[in-house]
Amino acid sequence: MHSLIKHAIHEQTFWLSPQRCIYWEEQSALILSDLHLGKTGHFRKHGIAVPQKVFTEDLQRLVDQISYFKPRQVIAVGDLFHSHANRELDLFLKWRSDFASVDFILVKGNHDILEDEWYANAGIKVHHGQWQLGNIHFVHDPSDMQEEATYVFAGHLHPGVYFSGMGKQSLRFPCFHFSSNHAVLPAFSKFSGLSGIRAKKSDAVFAIVDGKLMSV
Amino acid sequence: MRLQKSYGYQRITEWLTQKGFTAFSFQEETWQHITDGESGLVNAPTGCGKTYSVFLGALIQFIDAHPQDYQRQKNKGLQLLWITPLRALAKDIGRAMEEAIGELGMQWKVGIRNGDTDIAERQRQKRQMPEVLIITPESLHLLLAQKGYPDVFQSLRIIAADEWHELMGSKRGVQVELALSRIIHCQTARKAGIWGISATIGNLEEAREVLLASLQTTGRSVKAEIHKPIVVESIIPEEIEQFPWSGHLGIRLAHRLVPIIKKSRTTLVFINTRGMSERWYQVLLDVAPQFAGAIALHHGSIEQELRLWVEESLHTEKLKAVVTTSSLDLGVDFRPVDTVIQVGSPKGVARFLQRAGRSGHRPGETSKIYFLPTHSLELLEVAALKQAIETGSVESRQPQVLCFDVLLQFLCTLAISEGFREETLFAEIKTTHCYAEMTRDEWEEILSHLTQGGKALQQYDEYKKVEPENGVYRIRNRRIAMRHRMHIGTIVSDAMLKVKLMGGGYIGVIEEWFISRLEPGDVFTIAGRNVELVMIKDMSVMVRKSNSKKSIVPSWMGGRMSLTANLGYILRLTFNKALVDESEIELKSLHPLFELQQQLSHIPRASELLVEQIETKEGFHLLVYPFEGRQVHEAMSAILAYRIGQITPITFSISMNDYGFELLSDQPIPVDDSNVRELFTADNLLPDIQKSMNSTEMARRKFRDIAVIGGLIFQGMPGEKKKARHLQSSASLLFKVFEEYDPKNILLRQAFHEVLTQQMDEERLRNALARIAQSDIILRFPKQLTPLSFPIVVDGLSRVNLSTEKLEDRIKKMQAQLTRSS
Repeated sequence: MHSLIKHAIHEQTFWLSPQRCIYWEEQSALILSDLHLGKTGHFRKHGIAVPQKVFTEDLQRLVDQISYFKPRQVIAVGDLFHSHANRELDLFLKWRSDFASVDFILVKGNHDILEDEWYANAGIKVHHGQWQLGNIHFVHDPSDMQEEATYVFAGHLHPGVYFSGMGKQSLRFPCFHFSSNHAVLPAFSKFSGLSGIRAKKSDAVFAIVDGKLMSV
Repeated sequence: MRLQKSYGYQRITEWLTQKGFTAFSFQEETWQHITDGESGLVNAPTGCGKTYSVFLGALIQFIDAHPQDYQRQKNKGLQLLWITPLRALAKDIGRAMEEAIGELGMQWKVGIRNGDTDIAERQRQKRQMPEVLIITPESLHLLLAQKGYPDVFQSLRIIAADEWHELMGSKRGVQVELALSRIIHCQTARKAGIWGISATIGNLEEAREVLLASLQTTGRSVKAEIHKPIVVESIIPEEIEQFPWSGHLGIRLAHRLVPIIKKSRTTLVFINTRGMSERWYQVLLDVAPQFAGAIALHHGSIEQELRLWVEESLHTEKLKAVVTTSSLDLGVDFRPVDTVIQVGSPKGVARFLQRAGRSGHRPGETSKIYFLPTHSLELLEVAALKQAIETGSVESRQPQVLCFDVLLQFLCTLAISEGFREETLFAEIKTTHCYAEMTRDEWEEILSHLTQGGKALQQYDEYKKVEPENGVYRIRNRRIAMRHRMHIGTIVSDAMLKVKLMGGGYIGVIEEWFISRLEPGDVFTIAGRNVELVMIKDMSVMVRKSNSKKSIVPSWMGGRMSLTANLGYILRLTFNKALVDESEIELKSLHPLFELQQQLSHIPRASELLVEQIETKEGFHLLVYPFEGRQVHEAMSAILAYRIGQITPITFSISMNDYGFELLSDQPIPVDDSNVRELFTADNLLPDIQKSMNSTEMARRKFRDIAVIGGLIFQGMPGEKKKARHLQSSASLLFKVFEEYDPKNILLRQAFHEVLTQQMDEERLRNALARIAQSDIILRFPKQLTPLSFPIVVDGLSRVNLSTEKLEDRIKKMQAQLTRSS
């Protein structure tokens, strides 16, 4: 099911998954960003009928990734939840108790507005601003990155890569964007848009095309 | 009763005689029908007393009912409901009505209800309805969102739908259909009569039937036989460019307008898009600085107060000229206007006639319209227009059917006021033309969308909107009700942002997609001034004044229209005369262009279809010229691209204008004598339509409107900004989500249905292909772009893509091209 791509940064091994997340081998950590859990529920509670199946499939994908990599810990680089608590999050909690042995770490993003107590009950360790594990730092919005960090993983942007060619053709896909001092992860949720990246020649960009990764 | 015996008729006639007027026979005919309690449609051009035909009829009816004391009768409740498509018209119509009422010594009050009506006035109307209420379709729906609305309509005798030709065929027309059916059915004693007022369109009979559907009568047609001669004069460029490029030519001819404006009392300059009208206003000031202060700009995105000022100044002859878009197409007359200039193709006979009619209103006067081409080929269109005016061939407007988005909105509206019972309402809605074919299954899907939000996980879902309670469907949640009220009336296609000056002051509105392309510091033009973008904050665009000479002119999406098939046909015939019979000045002036076309390729005659294949550094172009109008071209190009894609995996970028379309690819296009006829066959049309539609983005674009109207996109409201941000999503994201996770969703299906009925209409396409089957197909391989191809390649509209290649292969190709070029 997986065609992973191995990517090394500062002697650490990262496995990129076309399911929009990264497995960090040395730390046995699954890194992901912008899950926006509860987004469909938030819309629906306000009378906007978006299909809830996006949410259940996002959650299912997360379960599949955890079952596959069997990580010791999951690191969410922000926007784990979309807005206030709603019943969809109850499903998340139920699911969370099935994986009680996996540590859950949230580096807060602008959407993470739940109360501290809620995170504590859910068994989620919360960090504000920039957080460090080994020689890697994590922060939600890459523009909040502190300069002394060796390498930073971020999210927030929902990066997308654009291709254009002859005959006025163009295409766009979600992507992983690695530059010299930081990486931006694609949004894990499929209920999210894209914003175009500006990549330098030296950057590494991996597009997710038809469920496969392509180095571009 | 014979009208002449009626007391009301005698009073009205006396009053008209005092003013030195005599009633037209179409007015008397209408009064007779109204006296007889009939409904119907009046067909009369603007400026011929069409308002009086229905309005005075209502007065006659009232005087007849109260012959003794009609002058003392007051606070009688709503008598006449006057639905008009444009806010701008309400004031003038109201003024004319008040004048008549006053001079007749009657006590009727005239009220105006639209987006500009303040709360105090609305409250007054709630306590005591005026006898006449002039209202837009949106505000009428807001009225239906008020508790106790049925009481308001019990006294109502006549509903007038003004400019019905303009409303029908749009979703606002559907709003009118729904509102009419609700009003008629909520009247317990006497049903009101319905009268439409319409300019000439090809399907007046149908227009009447659609309007009167909920009364279930056929009604009467009244036609004003007023002959108004129209003179069309083209402004011929001194030098014809052999390569016509949209937009540029027109601007270069701007100085030619100066003497015309000078010698006229007041001139209306019609421009097709709001963006271009901004450009033209600037250019006119540049070429004739003496006009500063004497010319003004008027279009739909300009601040209300400024628009009203322009209209007022038109009445009082303070302005020499007004540059405008369709925002001044309709309604009341500006008497001082004696000259009309149309810049660029008017795209249809009906619209051209309507605009020409804005000058020389008085019966017997001649309407004069100047035509200024924005590219030289448009001169051909004028030749065709003249022909069409002569033969009186005016196009039809097709009413919309099964608009589930508007229905969803309407049901929510009823759910916040009086609630509804689904069985009775189903029967009622089925009486309208729009929903006559709706099935019980579709209705139940709509109800389920409103009550359950489609399929969901029972215990983990909190979907809430409409809730049935003892059989009555209601919206209980105050917040949702409030949000819905804000939402009624957003039958606009895109999120609009307000443009405000940093120091305070509101300038107008602008489409979000335009602003989203700008960076702070960029200068753009709005309402005739240059402003610099500072930031976007809480649904407002903050700007400051700019003295920069360079600025970006926004193009509003709304303003683009397709050439009608009718005009296309006449245009094809006009090509027969090229280089053959150049007696008409327009054709004669195009001579050099035709010569080059002939030399490089071929001039298509009415019995021919020209296909050109040209290679440029952009790629391989296949150009086809059916002259069927942009809408047909959109469908035909998709079919053709799909069929070529079956020969070999290939990717096309498609663009089109009213004359033809272009398929552009990065690889040679396998079309030659051996297969070209096959590609235009009408065989297998339906499955090919289906498949090509699925592989283009047409449905996605339709979905934008539908998502807004159907309540999926929420644009935020004051005081709720922060929370609202968590409810925002784009139509294209929603489309993607529905397509993947809920492909049977009723709004998504509507998007495809709209493409099938409006853009990919099988019948129209079949007709066009049948014609092509009878034509000679002329295949040419010019060495360079031809005059006909140039406007499409350089400035074609609606670039859509269709591909039969694998995504991975496409990316690899693009990357390879990139390496080669670097």
